[in-house]
Amino acid sequence: MTEPFEPKITAFVCNWCTYAGADLTGTSRIKYQSNVRVLRLPCTGRIDFMLLAKAFARGADGIIISGCHPNDCHYTSGNYHARRRWMIYRNLMDFMGIDTQRITFSWVSAAEGAKWAELVNEVTTGIRAMGPYAEYKELANAGVE
Amino acid sequence: MDLREKAKQLLESGEVKAVLGFEPGTHGTRRPAFARSAARSEKLTFDGEQNLASYVTRKEVKRLGRVALAAKPDTLRALLQLMAERQIKEQDVLPLIEDGAGQVSELAGAEAIEQHLALSPKELKPEDRALLDRLGKMTRQERWDFWQGELARCVKCYACRSSCPMCYCEHCTMDCNRPQWVPVPSHALGNLEYHMTRAMHLAGRCVECGDCGRACPVGIPVHLLTFNAEESVHAQFGQRAGASSKLDYALSTFRPDDKETFIR
Repeated sequence: MTEPFEPKITAFVCNWCTYAGADLTGTSRIKYQSNVRVLRLPCTGRIDFMLLAKAFARGADGIIISGCHPNDCHYTSGNYHARRRWMIYRNLMDFMGIDTQRITFSWVSAAEGAKWAELVNEVTTGIRAMGPYAEYKELANAGVE
Repeated sequence: MDLREKAKQLLESGEVKAVLGFEPGTHGTRRPAFARSAARSEKLTFDGEQNLASYVTRKEVKRLGRVALAAKPDTLRALLQLMAERQIKEQDVLPLIEDGAGQVSELAGAEAIEQHLALSPKELKPEDRALLDRLGKMTRQERWDFWQGELARCVKCYACRSSCPMCYCEHCTMDCNRPQWVPVPSHALGNLEYHMTRAMHLAGRCVECGDCGRACPVGIPVHLLTFNAEESVHAQFGQRAGASSKLDYALSTFRPDDKETFIR
């Protein structure tokens, strides 16, 4: 008797836009799937690519990264820097054979509660269809009895 | 004037404190050599594969004073990038270049280096180009299998880090154990994370000399990872590391109109 697969989604969000946006989703009583674990960081510029590697290593099946829309950054330019970093990161991950479909980037502002719910639902459904990220889990558990 | 004569002249006049070149090693190999006196410069040769720019940021070399070094185009690019990153000063190094006839000449100053490099555009080795093309044609799954197969041989000796002229940090993330970002043993996960981190930290800074791949004792083409990161910087932001001594680091600057296709 095995339970159906429920994906674990880690969301790295910025404090000022997406976290507030996700808050709005709640206060607006919009229902969305509960597979997402939200991690709040000061800014998308703070989201080091190594955090994503850690998330996958600790069993995440999918990752959402979300922050302020361009021009709306609380720190003026954090999201612009983050955007550049992800432009390089995504190509490199693809080159190394990591499934970039499991990493979703988005801009969700503090007023876009509905967009957040929609995003989480869409990503969760997508990852559920893809199944667990077995390759990476195998890697993380290699040699561990 | 060949390298020996040049080194002798520079050392005798006191213009430089040391000359970096190569000397014959065992089994017909070449090893890097530091000549600090005219007498020691007798064995110096120009032909060696290593990128000698990786030495000029070392504390013990900086302490010597101004050094001259045998430089290939990749070495020159590395020197320019180090100047751009303010790790060395223009006046601290004197690159020596060799022309087709074996004549050695000096390239004093960043401007001279830039002008010299403008004559020889950067080209990847045909075998690297071929492997990059092969990887580009693979599916994601095949690429994953390829890299897992390659990285399984990695013993985490960090030769790729040591050989890299741009890996000069005194405190490397790999040595950080609070938190322990990357597992220390040569474990499948740690190997992947190490090489991923190395490539990301070199994106926009790699001069594509390929010395990391050459240094790898088990023959993993690790240089392709940094090449990929560097090529995508070039393709998307239009700049190439090592082109000038006044280059902004691609990932610490931005343009509001940077174009991507994947952010929703």
